[in-house]
Order: sequence, then structure tokens, then C-alpha cells
Amino acid sequence: MAWLNAVVQGILLGGLYALFACGLSLLFGVMRVVNLAHGDFAVLAAYLGLAVITGLHVPLLWSTLAVAPLFAVVGYLVQRLIIQRSLEVSPLTTLLVTFGLSVVLQNAMLEGFSANSHSLPSGWLAAGSFRLTPQLSIGHFSLIVFAAAVVVIVSLQLFLSRARLGRQIRATADDAEAASIAGTDVRHVFGIAAAIAFATVALAGLAFGGYSSFDPGAGTQRLIFAFEAVVIGGVGSLWGTLLGGVVLGVSQALGAQVDSGFGVLAGHLVFLAVLAIRPRGLLPGRVT
Amino acid sequence: MSVRVTRSRRPATWSGLASALVFVALLSLPYLVFANVTSLLVNLFILLVLATMWNLLAGYAGLVSVGQQAYLGLGAYTVLVLAQNGVNPFLAIPVAIAFCAVAALPISLLVFRLRNEYFAIGTWVVAEAFQLITVRFPQLGGGTGASLPGLGGFDPALRQAFTYWAALAVLAATLLAAYLLLRSRLGLDLTAIRDDEVGARSVGVQPARAKRIVYLIAAAGAGGAGALIIISQLNVQAASVFSVQWSAYMIFVAVIGGVGTDPGHDPLLQPPAVAGGARRLVPDHRRDGRGAGGDVRAAGPLGRDQRPLRPAPVSDRLLAAPTRLIAGGPAGPPASTRALNCRISTKTGCLQRCKWHELDKTPPVNVHCAGRSWG
Amino acid sequence: MIGANGAGKSTLLRTLAGLHQPAAGSIHFAGREITHLPTHARVALGIALVPEGRRLFPSLTLEENLLVGARRSSAWTVSRVMELFPWMGARRRQLTLNLSGGEQQGVAIGRALMAGPRVLLLDELSLGLAPAAVRRIYDLLPSLLAEGMAILLVEQDVTQALRVSDLAHCLLEGRITLSGRPRDLSPEQVEAAYFGLAARA
Repeated sequence: MAWLNAVVQGILLGGLYALFACGLSLLFGVMRVVNLAHGDFAVLAAYLGLAVITGLHVPLLWSTLAVAPLFAVVGYLVQRLIIQRSLEVSPLTTLLVTFGLSVVLQNAMLEGFSANSHSLPSGWLAAGSFRLTPQLSIGHFSLIVFAAAVVVIVSLQLFLSRARLGRQIRATADDAEAASIAGTDVRHVFGIAAAIAFATVALAGLAFGGYSSFDPGAGTQRLIFAFEAVVIGGVGSLWGTLLGGVVLGVSQALGAQVDSGFGVLAGHLVFLAVLAIRPRGLLPGRVT
Repeated sequence: MSVRVTRSRRPATWSGLASALVFVALLSLPYLVFANVTSLLVNLFILLVLATMWNLLAGYAGLVSVGQQAYLGLGAYTVLVLAQNGVNPFLAIPVAIAFCAVAALPISLLVFRLRNEYFAIGTWVVAEAFQLITVRFPQLGGGTGASLPGLGGFDPALRQAFTYWAALAVLAATLLAAYLLLRSRLGLDLTAIRDDEVGARSVGVQPARAKRIVYLIAAAGAGGAGALIIISQLNVQAASVFSVQWSAYMIFVAVIGGVGTDPGHDPLLQPPAVAGGARRLVPDHRRDGRGAGGDVRAAGPLGRDQRPLRPAPVSDRLLAAPTRLIAGGPAGPPASTRALNCRISTKTGCLQRCKWHELDKTPPVNVHCAGRSWG
Repeated sequence: MIGANGAGKSTLLRTLAGLHQPAAGSIHFAGREITHLPTHARVALGIALVPEGRRLFPSLTLEENLLVGARRSSAWTVSRVMELFPWMGARRRQLTLNLSGGEQQGVAIGRALMAGPRVLLLDELSLGLAPAAVRRIYDLLPSLLAEGMAILLVEQDVTQALRVSDLAHCLLEGRITLSGRPRDLSPEQVEAAYFGLAARA
């Protein structure tokens, strides 16, 4: 029963990882940018959420309404003002720029918020759970996070396939120059993609803050988990990302069941095994 | 038909001569300056080794890795294991270098499946996995770290001098290896691949092979740097030595020097310029040392509580340093009225404990910790 | 616009479309200077390029490829493009990867038309296409001209280009060496301008 519980909790944790991963996946799919500051932005979102929750005395869920749109704007600006410029130089520059951004963000947060760890007060959500059997219960909060991940992925998928802007994003991802010839403002489309990605990062950061405590250095590991989810699932497939997140979450939960210190390592080992056996991931999609 | 391609021009010969002179000058430094200077230089050399190797890897082979700290840690822990089994840590350095090159081969088979940006994070995951595996071994000190045995018999000043020479040797070997590599057939291949991979392939260059060789060499270099780290700080902590922060430093130094530039005329080789950059980059690992506790904040250049160094007159230093080295035993105060002398303590959280020796006062007055180096 | 390989024909078109910045000089369109206007803004003004090699979006369906080019102000719709290329109707949901070269060229032209261009820049229409497909594409041009749009056609296939154009320019190493109405130009003149023989003599 303990094992079943681990699997269930792992699946739910996978939702959080998928939420982290879809922003990374989107940015890479559209602009070929791996945002190494991804996790740090998520942690920043958690801090902003903390400020909103304690400052305005609103519950965690409401704080997303403030933080996610703010992050969309931040994403658009970061893309237009920082990443776009580096894209026009070389891919190496982009990688270095986002890496630098990560270092700057971490240190800025260290200065601004100190190294003490915080967690978001999630109120009744944290305590409540559905008790399925005496040994097996599902926390409200983790269920909401998983549902949020599914909703985000479904709506992203719909947006990309149906909406005019989504089509332009896919066209730009295929061939940016051809998209500009067809009348698409490529930089604006990139900015929009970044805005969407950052909004999901904000959601992921807030969910993470509600799940566990965070500190300014916590972003690094978030980035790695998100990245692992993307690669395990298959680059370019959003459903693959959800699957990748779940596989990672379950591996970590089962690993932790074996030995409390083994969880994260088990996740890494599964990632490396997938890399060795199925380098294109479990559900390789065409590039989004 | 054979075509002879000359890639070194005459100025290169002169700069080679100049490098040799600089090398000899650096070699004699422990006799001229105090240990606090050489230990700063050890840190600088480690950074230069890492940056040169990263430059080779990213700038020439196009392999942007943010996971070279995997080999840094592997090198450090190789030295630790060998020392625990009675091998002299200094002799363990070449073993660590070779071991890292060997270990990089199977890893390369795995991470080379990832392209570009994904390669970067893939290597990072490997480093994280290395760290998590390391902390599972209690004999390696687990998460709290382990001290390096086998150097207790050395006089501290002598040990610091040996550490410095070892670091200088590793740096010289690194620069020489990079120089020779880029002038070899492989260097030509790499340049061709960088300019046009398809074109290079069509004339018989094997990009995968060339890149793999560079990856192994870079791993060896990082392993050497890791070995130097554990020897210079006398202990090792997995969270610190496997920290991605190291990648930040190697990238920053390499970028300041110019990625893809030749170590033959690399700004990295000009110590004054780098000293400034590296000083700013001397890592402050307080925030990585999670177990260490205390105030966890990023420090400014050289730490906040650094005292200005007051150099003793040159003549005194010339006399004092060799005497200290030769005499052995507890370092006697040099001939100046006041001088700064450092020794390394593994017990306190602060690694460099510095004492002002006053000629007329014994025992020495304990003063502030002069900036923590590799914490 | 005819000329040998490397004469600068494609560069000219790409500069007009805004994909390259001119090293000197300026570009004017409909009485307005557009030298520093980005590509997408030029499309909005009515300059549409059909690029060399077609450059369709491989992960989009045929219809989506057309829709990316769509503008609200344009008189062209998917159904109007499909009237021009009747075969498209049945294959609108297919990926363009599976289409033949001639069909792909049709989609590329259709995508440019969707923007409602006032001037259509066609780059190397015949490149890599079977002769029958080339003929079909060229047979289309008169009907496009009848819509009132101007066409600037770049072509290495001189005979084909001279057959359909009202005014021909021959480009050699970035400079126009010959201009005139095709019927006023003798084959010898064209040959000399094309290969730069006049300059050598």
C-alpha cells in the first residue's frame, strides 16, 4: 500500500513538474531558447506570490490572478529586451545570457529576500485531503496543481492549434524568416510566446511555493526537473511533457520509498536511462 | 603528396619564450611572496584551468557544457579516495586527471545524444547525479564533506608551496595541451567543424570523434582542477565541489577572455587582466554550503572583511620566505616588524586563518579571517 | 529580372522584402520610403515575397500555411486561393511535406496572395520543378496580373521569363546591364548582357 501511495503521490508531483516544464518546452519549441533562468523566475514568482498573499491578505489561489499576468508582461519584456538581442548574435550567446540572468536573479533574490526559506500559506488547501483508504489519501492542493497542469497543457494545445496567434507561433517556430515574409511580426510573436511561457512559470512557481518551502537557490533544481520532464516526454510534445513529468514524479516518489535520500537521484537515473534507450523521449512529437 | 601546414608564426615562438620566462618567474614565487599571495594564485590558476578547458570545449568543439563540475568533483574525490588509501595527494593529481578522462568516455556516449542547449543541461544533470551518488557514501563524508588525509606531516608553508607548484604545473600542462591540440590535426579538424560541419565531414573529418576527444581532454582538465581544489582547501564537500556555480565561473572567465580564442594569444594569459576578473570571481560558496549555517549572503570582491595587505619590503620577503621554507617547523616571523602570515585551518568554518606576527609579541595575535577562499 | 548565378537577383528581392538591409541607397514604395521598415510591415503595405525554395511551414497543414499569410484587409481568402488552385480543396488538411514541388510552389504563391499584395516578388519559380509543373505555374501569372497586382519575377530560365514579362532587366554582378521590353531585345543582346560579354569586348 505504501508503494501504491508513492505512485499516486508521484503522479500528482508529476503534474507540478509538467507545469514547470511546459514553459521551458514552449520557449525551446518556438525560439530554440533553453531558458536557464527558468527555475529562478519560478522562485521569483513564489516570492511575489508571498508578497501578494501577505500584503493583500488574499488566499494563494487569488494571488495567481496577480502574479501570472504580471509575469506575462515580464516575459514579454525579457524576451524583447534581453533574449531577442542575444538570439540575433548566436545560440551560444543566448545560453550564456540566460545563464547570466539566472545568476543575477539568484543573487538579487538573495539580497532582497535573504537566504531563509519561505513557503506560501496555502490555508485550507494544505490541510485538506481526500482519504481513499486508511493509507492512501490525496491532498487537495496537489490535486489542484495536477488539474492546473492538465488545464494549462490542454489550453496551450488548443491555443497553438486553433488560434491565429497560435498558428503564427507554430509557423515562426518552423521558419522565422518565412513567417516574416508571410507578414508575421516575428519579434512580437516571440514576445507573446515568452509571455505565455512566463505565465505558466508563474503558476508553476506559486504551485511549488505551496508544495514545499523555497529559497533563492531553489530555482536550479526546478530547472533541472523541468528539463528532465521535457526530455523524458519527448521534445516538442506537450502531452509528452505531462507524461515526462509524471514519469519523473513517480520515479522520485518510488526512489524516496526505497530510501529517503534516493528520490532525486532515482529521477536523474531514470532520465539518463531514457536518454540511453530512447533519446527522442517517450512521446517524441513533431516540434511544436 | 604531402602538404605542410604551418600554424605558428614567428611571433608565436617569441611569445612561447616569453611564456617560458613567465613560467620560471611564477615558479620562484613561493620564495618571493607570502603564502597568502600564492594561495590566491592557486585559486586563480584553478579558474584559468577551468576556463581554458571550457573555452576549448565550447569555443572550439561547440560543446556548451554547464556540467564540467562533474569532473571537478570526480577529480577531487579521486584524490580523496587515493589519499585515504595512503597515496600522497600530490601524486594522486595525475591519477585523478587520467581517471576523469576515462570516466568521461561512457558519459560522453550518453550526453552526446543531446544536441546544443539540451547537451548543456544534460551534462548538468550528470553532475547533479554525481553529487547525489557521492553523498550516499559515508566513507566519502556524505553530505557534510571529508577532510583530506596525508598532508598532515607537511610544514604548512611547504605544503602551500607544493600546492602552488602543483597548481602551476596543472595550469602549464593545460595551456600547453590546449596550444598543442589547436595546432595539431585535431585542431584543424575542429576549426573546420566549427566553420562548416557538413563541409568538414565531406573532406573526411569525423566531427563526433574530434568532439569526443576534446570532451575527454576537458574532463581531464576539470579533474586536475578538482584535485587542486581538495589539496588547496584540505577538505571537500559535495554540494560545493559539484556546484553549478563552477560552470558560471568558467563561463565568465572564458567569456571575458573571449570564447573561441586561442590560448596562444589569449587575454587569459595576461595575469594582471585576469587577476582583476578572477578576483571578482573568487567564489564565495557560503550560499552553497547549506550545512554551514550562519549568515548566508553573497560577498563582494574578496569577501567583505578583507584587510588590505601590507607588503613587507622586498628584501625582507626575499630573505624570509626561503628561510621559512627551508627551516621547516612552525613558521617564524619574518624580518619585518609586521607581516601577514596565513595558514589553513580545516576546523573553523573559515578556511584561511591569518595571523599578524609581531616581532616583539609572541604568541601571534589572531585577527580576522582574510576573506574566505574556496569555502 | 534575369541574370546568371550570383548576379544578385535574389539579394535584390530579399532586400526589397526587408530581409536584408541595403548597404547604400533607399527603397521607395507607393511614394513612401520603406528602407528601414521591417519585413512584416512591408507585407502590410502590399509587398509579398515568394521566396526561393518555397519555405513552407512543415508542421502546418496546407490550409494553415495559407492562413498564416492572411490579413484582414486582404481581398484574398482561402477559398479564393483554392479557386485558383482547384487541387488544394481535397488536400487542405495535409502537411505540405507530402506535396510535389509544383504543388508546394502553388502553396507558397497562395500564401503570398493571402496578404493581398500590390506587388508580388517571385524568386526562382522554376527552381527544382519538373517542366510540366513550371509551365502550369507560369500559365497562372497572367491571371494574377489581371487582378491588378504587379509582379517582379526573378528567374534564371531566360526563355521562360522573357515569355511572360513586359519589361526585362538583366543583372550582372549587382548592376543592371540591360533593360527593355522582351520583344525589343535580340537573343545576342541578352546573351551578351547575361554573361557580361559586352563588358569584356
